Amino acid sequence: MKKAVAAGVLIAATALVAGCSKEETPAAPPASGAAGASYEGGFKVEAQQAAQVAEATKSGNIKAVAGPAGTAVVTVKDGESIQAAVTAAQPGTTIRIMPGTYHETVYIDKDNIRLIGVIEGGKRPLLDGEKKLNDAVLYSGNNVVIENLEFRNYKGNGIMGQAGNNFEIRNNVIVDTGVYGIFPQLGTNGVVEHNVVSGIADAAIYIGMSDNFHVAHNDVFDSVAGIEIENSRHAIVENNYVHNNTGGLLAFITPGLPIKTTYDVIFRNNFVVGNNHPNFGAPGSTVAGIPPGTGILVMAADDVIIEGNIISDNKNIGILVTDHANAPNVTIDPESEPNSDRVAILNNMMLNNGYETIPELKALMLTEFKQGNPDIARVGPSPGSCILDRDRYVTVGVKDFAECSFSNTADKLTYLLPPVPPREIDLADRGKVAYMGICAGCHIYTGRMIGPPVQVIQALYMDNPQGIADYIAAPTKKRDDYPEMPPQDYLDPETRLEVAKYMLSRKN
Amino acid sequence: VRVKIASLLAASALLAGVALLFAARGAHGGEFALAGACPPSFEANAAGRCELRNLYEFYDSLQGAGLGGTKTHLPDHRDGFTPQQIDLGRYLFFDPLLSGDRSVSCASCHHPDRGFSDARARSVGIDGADVGRAAPTLWNVGFLKSFFWDARAKTLEEQAQGPLFSPHEMGATPEKLHADLNANATYRELFADAFPDAGPQIALDEVYTAIAAFQSSLISLNSRYDRYAQGFHAALTEREIAGLNVFRSFVARCSECHTPPLFTNQQIAVLGTPEPPGRALDVGAEKTFNAPKLKGGFKVPTLRNIALTAPYNHSGAFSTLRETAAFYTGGRGHAVPPGVQMQIHWHIWDPKLADDELDLLVDFMKTLTDESLKPAIPARVPSGLAPVGRLDPTRSAVADTAQSNDKGASS
Repeated sequence: MKKAVAAGVLIAATALVAGCSKEETPAAPPASGAAGASYEGGFKVEAQQAAQVAEATKSGNIKAVAGPAGTAVVTVKDGESIQAAVTAAQPGTTIRIMPGTYHETVYIDKDNIRLIGVIEGGKRPLLDGEKKLNDAVLYSGNNVVIENLEFRNYKGNGIMGQAGNNFEIRNNVIVDTGVYGIFPQLGTNGVVEHNVVSGIADAAIYIGMSDNFHVAHNDVFDSVAGIEIENSRHAIVENNYVHNNTGGLLAFITPGLPIKTTYDVIFRNNFVVGNNHPNFGAPGSTVAGIPPGTGILVMAADDVIIEGNIISDNKNIGILVTDHANAPNVTIDPESEPNSDRVAILNNMMLNNGYETIPELKALMLTEFKQGNPDIARVGPSPGSCILDRDRYVTVGVKDFAECSFSNTADKLTYLLPPVPPREIDLADRGKVAYMGICAGCHIYTGRMIGPPVQVIQALYMDNPQGIADYIAAPTKKRDDYPEMPPQDYLDPETRLEVAKYMLSRKN
Repeated sequence: VRVKIASLLAASALLAGVALLFAARGAHGGEFALAGACPPSFEANAAGRCELRNLYEFYDSLQGAGLGGTKTHLPDHRDGFTPQQIDLGRYLFFDPLLSGDRSVSCASCHHPDRGFSDARARSVGIDGADVGRAAPTLWNVGFLKSFFWDARAKTLEEQAQGPLFSPHEMGATPEKLHADLNANATYRELFADAFPDAGPQIALDEVYTAIAAFQSSLISLNSRYDRYAQGFHAALTEREIAGLNVFRSFVARCSECHTPPLFTNQQIAVLGTPEPPGRALDVGAEKTFNAPKLKGGFKVPTLRNIALTAPYNHSGAFSTLRETAAFYTGGRGHAVPPGVQMQIHWHIWDPKLADDELDLLVDFMKTLTDESLKPAIPARVPSGLAPVGRLDPTRSAVADTAQSNDKGASS
């Protein structure tokens, strides 16, 4: 939190609020638990989706979004290279990794690859970066599954996704892999569950700039941040054990990123316990400003629902709702809305929080003549927010919160989408677009560019598109007055044939 | 066999015909007839406007933002111009008539043979003055949402007026530009062709539109990296792939801001880079947004064709890619002048990149080069002045001779 200057501003602002609002008592007894109304906002769950999720959850809590596994299976043994198997694999391959120690960075730039560890007698395959390697796994493909592995001693991330969709990351042990443990970024539709993550210098699990995901049943501890939802939407974070981090659960908008919003986040039924670890975040990182002992922190995120959590023994505060103006270490961004709008604090079990709270919050309590150790604080504007049964807790800054009109999110089983079918690209379209983006740089219909006119090529090949497709893969010099054509072998054979057909069909 | 011979004969005849057409073009078509077809990578829609076509269009992207990973949609592109507008823009772009003393054109600082930049630390204007910042590349500029290093313009049309009317850059005035173009019969014809519904006079807005149209056609998306991204993994060597993995690792963090597929996330970033010796600190976006937290902040530049545009950074402090990459492992804020407060970007940290990792990053950045759709410099421009104009007053006259590499804008 900001030091003295910011605190002064805080107090002044809060005093204004305090001066013009009177103590409110809820008119009716608060609704509690599942007996009350259910949340009607948030991501709309389609009937078909609900059915698929029900099917997927029959056998326990496993959630599947990557679609069915392919039939190809290869096995990597101790002493062999996982990357070599990935490089050789066709999409749809499951790569079984036997127990052993692997020192490598594995990158997956293709779809439908599963890295599945084989656990024998409690021994899982270990990827050990020896504090020399950057990241353990990087993936950009869709439908990637990473399961049953152990990661240690990397410098960057354990598992990082870059725009891969429909991912499943589960049952992994991740210890001291650098900045993040699990970090899917710019992806849609993913599951992060049943992972044990610790010793991470930023967030153990960090969902960044992503949509529609489920983070559940993870054990995250001894890290600067437990689970961070940043510039992302449609998130359910439930049933996690989040303990002894500096901050437990975070919902942030970080300004200066190209995706500008966080909204529709549910934090429910998590244990958020004793997150009092000293902050060892890198200087200048956003999380380096989190005061140790912060259970749940909402900064600028909208429509965050906090429900059914056990929030205990967090020495600074149980729940803190704040904005950009009061956060240290953040830049400004005219395109980022800085306030936490419509936060809903439903029923939570809160116990023994705020026993060593920061001076700024103590000062804030003085302005409201509050005594005791704070469970919940709001600093900075938070319009449209609500809280249930506020008198159960020691609170500060929430007097202007309404009573919530709903008491649970029982209707929101999941925000996941059905497994998205593989990308189907119409080949004819592909041929046409490849022609426009590549061939047209050197060939026009009539007239001389770098290569001969399309009309001439049409006359030569007429009904023989395959002849063009073969030629462009490995061209030879044919004309003294034109430069030799560079090979177009980076286009797959089907695309080359479609390009050829399209070229022969051109009329101008 | 007979069919084959016949078709060969037909092809030869066609080729001969083409040669004839070429010879005759100047006499019959009018020397400055505008292209009737969209440039490469563009397809005419039903209304005759050119729309970008590229293999990346087959993918999706989170929130439609066009960011991240390999198979990801591009950001929205500024297309929808007519072929005539684009080709008219090309003539204007290379015509020194647009400068106050008729000595320089847009291409003087954004030259196609210099990565649409000028190979200088900072550009030089008509009076030989240092204009203070480096000329950004124009490759893929049609994808950008803000312009200039400090993001002070929101459209290409707005941007064009900056250098045109800056007394130290092109030194034109709206009045003189309007008068000069309207006094030129060829331009009057060409504008009438490109803007058929407009009035009898050439309007300055049409000038900006045409220049924007031409710039939006500068597409570079078929580099060896792109071939890798589209799935042809043999397009990159092992070292280049290793470089890609350093680039996107969370140790180097390059791709967090130079995000594929455009290799910029188009945000302002405060890096705390040095100025060249003797130059005062450039506050950058602080001025644009009146925000001290953005002091020293600049728009993240694209890295496409970056190997072609040395020296680097907003004022040319780094002469090589290697030197630029090494800045990022020099420690957070190491080059910030004493006493200056900067809110350094959170991704700037102390990654301790090894020497070989820096070499790998350079190897990877060189795979982002693609000039396959480089437009032709017109052999002549309507003003009759030498196309391009003076490239650089400090260079010899020989080097300044505009090279005509017109590859035939005959369509």
